[in-house]
Amino acid sequence: MNVTVMDRAPEVSTQSQLGFVDCDVHPYVKSGADLDPFLSERWRKHRQMIGGRARQALSNSPQYFRLSPGTGMRRDAWPPGGGHPGSDLDFMREQVLDKFGVTHGMMLPLIGRCSDERNVEFGAALCTAVNDWQAHVWSDPEPRLKGSVQVTAEYPEAAIAEIERRAGDRRFSQVMIPPRGLEPLGRRRYWPILEAAAANGFPIALHLGGTSGHASTGGGWPSFYHEEHHSYVQSMEALVTSLVIEGVFERIPNLRVVLVEGGFAWMPSLCWRLDKHWKRLREEVPHLKRLPSEYVRENIWVTTQPIEEPERPEDLLQTFEWIGWDRIMFSTDYPHWDQDDPRFAIKVPLPEEFRRKLFRDNAMSLYGLA
Amino acid sequence: MARHVVASLGEIAPGDCKIVTVQGREIGVFNVGGEHFALINRCPHEGAPLCRGVLVGLAESDRPGQFRLVRQGEMLRCPWHGWEFDIRTGQSWCDPDSVRARSYAVTVEPGETLAKGPFVAETVPVSVEREYVVVEV
Repeated sequence: MNVTVMDRAPEVSTQSQLGFVDCDVHPYVKSGADLDPFLSERWRKHRQMIGGRARQALSNSPQYFRLSPGTGMRRDAWPPGGGHPGSDLDFMREQVLDKFGVTHGMMLPLIGRCSDERNVEFGAALCTAVNDWQAHVWSDPEPRLKGSVQVTAEYPEAAIAEIERRAGDRRFSQVMIPPRGLEPLGRRRYWPILEAAAANGFPIALHLGGTSGHASTGGGWPSFYHEEHHSYVQSMEALVTSLVIEGVFERIPNLRVVLVEGGFAWMPSLCWRLDKHWKRLREEVPHLKRLPSEYVRENIWVTTQPIEEPERPEDLLQTFEWIGWDRIMFSTDYPHWDQDDPRFAIKVPLPEEFRRKLFRDNAMSLYGLA
Repeated sequence: MARHVVASLGEIAPGDCKIVTVQGREIGVFNVGGEHFALINRCPHEGAPLCRGVLVGLAESDRPGQFRLVRQGEMLRCPWHGWEFDIRTGQSWCDPDSVRARSYAVTVEPGETLAKGPFVAETVPVSVEREYVVVEV
């Protein structure tokens, strides 16, 4: 269908003065070759001849059809000058950064599948390339954009080296690990990576994704994307449970974890259940000194998108209250189809103090932004 | 209420949409199989530019395993979250009683009639020999 536009009036954001930190923005490459300048000759040839191998059949296909082109992009986010949504900095400025007065945008690249690569040496090279790409192609020309350090959880030595390489570089704000890995993230073999992140001042961002080869739900592979989308919640619940019960926060008390794109309204009921069982099963996990919910409240932050939409919008306030006003951060998820608009996503008036925290202060404080 | 000339007849091809600004608001004018419809270019859910969505049919089903696609091209799917709106009424499929996109009456009128006024033709020059798409706002 063609759409012609006549007399399009300039859009003036009603809240352009808000000044908010967007905790989930996705930059994309125009093609895989965009990473070539950041790969050594060996890995450039490898990428061109062999390519990526994720832990799933049909390695380069999406797991689910997402109803809009480009594996689930906002239909109006395709840049007028061509290229994939999220691949044009000026258009990203127009649609998000300038439009909403974004002071800082946390980039969470979902390209290259570097963290999932089965050839872990290639995966590590891809992670380094994606990190250099974030710094040079995005943060340098647009310092509002902050990178997320990509690492391969299955190659801890390389992951730790990469974290240390980026430590102190203000273009990076956090370390990113896909929640769907080979084993739950709280397992001991991942601790050195988590320790390195904490020691270098990086929170760990767990953004939905990862091709582990496991079914995406505990009950097996779902038929529909509708089911798959809901399974994000199950992935996040499994991660929070693993991190808390394995004792990660006892071992690394200064580890800060950010859950991205998994919603949040499930958090209270998960914690009620974990607390209940801690009272009964504590002997099995004597390394836990406190109620599971206490570790969650202290060490875990959540982002809002895709926000829950209860039939009584005011019910969200109780959920926010339980999780903690200082632990929730707004995220758009631009340019994905299920992204949220900061002006309209929350359909209940927020107390002014919380509004500031949600849109700005919590992220400023967590990431040490100025 | 005033009548606004927004296009000449034939300018908007079947299946296409022209987005116009009338009295400060963006309106999408659609041609669906020769009939014209107009909806506000703003989704009631989160404010997306609704008229940049796709015209689709309505998938209906009486029970699992059975389905039919009806009303081809008469549902507008929002470019963001995919909510479906009836192009004829602006009613949402998911909650037709309380969620709707504002719709506007559209007529096709000969230039001869329009020349007698009153109407507003902001950017579309009118000649008496042709026919025009008119939106009432």
